[in-house]
Amino acid sequence: MTKITDFKPAADKGFRGLRIAITGGTSGLGRALVRQFSAAGARVAFVARTADRVKQVAAETGAVGLVGDVGLKDDIYPLALQIAGTLGGLDLLINNASILGPVPLIPLADTDCEDLEQALAVNLVGPFRLTKALYGALASSAREGHGALVVNITSDAAVNAYPEWGAYGTSKAALAHMSAIWDAEAAPQGIRFLAVDPGDMDTAMHAAALPDTDPATLKRPEDAAAELIERIRAALADRQTALEAASA
Amino acid sequence: MIAADTPDHRAARLLTVGPDGEIRHRRRSDLATLFDPGDVVVANDAATLPASLHGRHEATGAPVEIRLAGWVTPGDPTRFRAIAFGPGDHRTRTEHRPPPPRLTPGDRLRLGPLTAVIERLLDHPRLAALRFVGNRASVLAGLARHGRPIQYAHVPAPLALWDVWTSIAADPVAFEPPSAGFALDWRTIAAWRERGVRLATLTHAAGISSTGDLALDARLPFDEPYRIPEATSDAIHRAKRRGRRIIALGTTVVRALEAAASSGGGVIAGAGIARNRIGPETRLAVPDTVLTGMHAPGESHYELLRAFADDGTLRRAAESAHEGGYRSHEFGDVMLLARQRVATMSWPATEHEEGCAMVLS
Repeated sequence: MTKITDFKPAADKGFRGLRIAITGGTSGLGRALVRQFSAAGARVAFVARTADRVKQVAAETGAVGLVGDVGLKDDIYPLALQIAGTLGGLDLLINNASILGPVPLIPLADTDCEDLEQALAVNLVGPFRLTKALYGALASSAREGHGALVVNITSDAAVNAYPEWGAYGTSKAALAHMSAIWDAEAAPQGIRFLAVDPGDMDTAMHAAALPDTDPATLKRPEDAAAELIERIRAALADRQTALEAASA
Repeated sequence: MIAADTPDHRAARLLTVGPDGEIRHRRRSDLATLFDPGDVVVANDAATLPASLHGRHEATGAPVEIRLAGWVTPGDPTRFRAIAFGPGDHRTRTEHRPPPPRLTPGDRLRLGPLTAVIERLLDHPRLAALRFVGNRASVLAGLARHGRPIQYAHVPAPLALWDVWTSIAADPVAFEPPSAGFALDWRTIAAWRERGVRLATLTHAAGISSTGDLALDARLPFDEPYRIPEATSDAIHRAKRRGRRIIALGTTVVRALEAAASSGGGVIAGAGIARNRIGPETRLAVPDTVLTGMHAPGESHYELLRAFADDGTLRRAAESAHEGGYRSHEFGDVMLLARQRVATMSWPATEHEEGCAMVLS
């Protein structure tokens, strides 16, 4: 909402000034991304369901914390309004929030339809809705030569048929494929989509899925965030090169 | 014309009025093929705030509806110019809405999770400058939770934000949707790209379109901030130089382009405030064509259309739309109106040439 009077292009050096929204920003990979992007000088808004935890991460990082549930249709536009209004637009959207489905993990044959629908609502339809609501803001960013990148967090469970990961794996496979189709359609508008599997991380979600895993064998979310940020840096640089080539 | 009373089947039909006044009936989807390579379509990418807030006047307990209608400081969501209504909601026509309780500076309004303080009245008992208690983030959160899109009696069902955000909606600075943008979808934009038709945007904080009060309506449109990106200014310059058309998607785009018009025939990039009024006396500097909803004489947007065409042409278009069963209002059908060719006198360059020639410019 600052754009009309106080328009500044996102910095081309590093992430300073880049306008970033991250869902699932109060735990695991999401919180690590909020911390690292905020420390890098980006303008970050993050979303999570629990008000107390949102307040805590906002106070710690200086990022804008928004309370909402991406699995709820009626939360999406209020979130989009606050994201675009607070940041004055959007360059990078990271759809990171997700749920496992039924825990402990169970075979598909034992999975309630409602639990599958809920996993799809949060992990697939939520990112679709939020991306669609913010697509105009992303297209505007692209027209002005900024970032315009959407990162959807997926999983190796999207690729491999792990028994008992049916709800989660199905939703993530669909999200990965949707990312590829978005990317094909949105590339002419200058908006890119990446589906990224951050690897097995030492998070509350992983502990809920596989409680017997030795955490020492898992990636720290901070390290996964740092790797993801490098991929984002490379994708934004590629975009910049492509834009310059197109305008030359 | 029939009032479009739901947002479900927006802009299905398209009436075109050519530069020579020729009227044709088409489908909205024909927009994909009506423009030529090099033409520039300029659209308003403002997203719309949920600018209607119901609540109570703290001192009297009386019900009140506040419609945010203008920025005090562009981009600062804690202070607005606003129109106040008494009891009731959008299902009552605005001209029948009772007045709000008497407002005085310092009065507090409880609007859901938000508290607003009246700063001053603006020469009318319904028009005030107000300030929300809180910071940018808390006010935006309150608006997101409690605000509803401004709407009118011709659409009885409550609207959601997704009904009023266009496909290209980006920065939430408008108080009512820049509704010509409802005719846009990404398939049309992709078809334009393939034809070499350029989509450019500006951001114009479209204000309130009607208050129901004659004295206030006469003051519309209020001053509206806008911003024109360099890329848009450049695209317009290039197209103008090559003799291509500039197509303005909506009256807000016309107003911003004319407010930013430079003497050289282009537009000046950057932020500005549109204070201009456009009517039959206006010599348009920038747009060649406007895409607009169906407007009838007497409506505020109709005045702007008179800058594009004479009253006879507009009357023929309105009659044709009426006979064709076109739907009016923001979710209705659309008209593509070209600036009419006017006969201008070309005087002889020397005394040796005789007479004068009528040329079409």
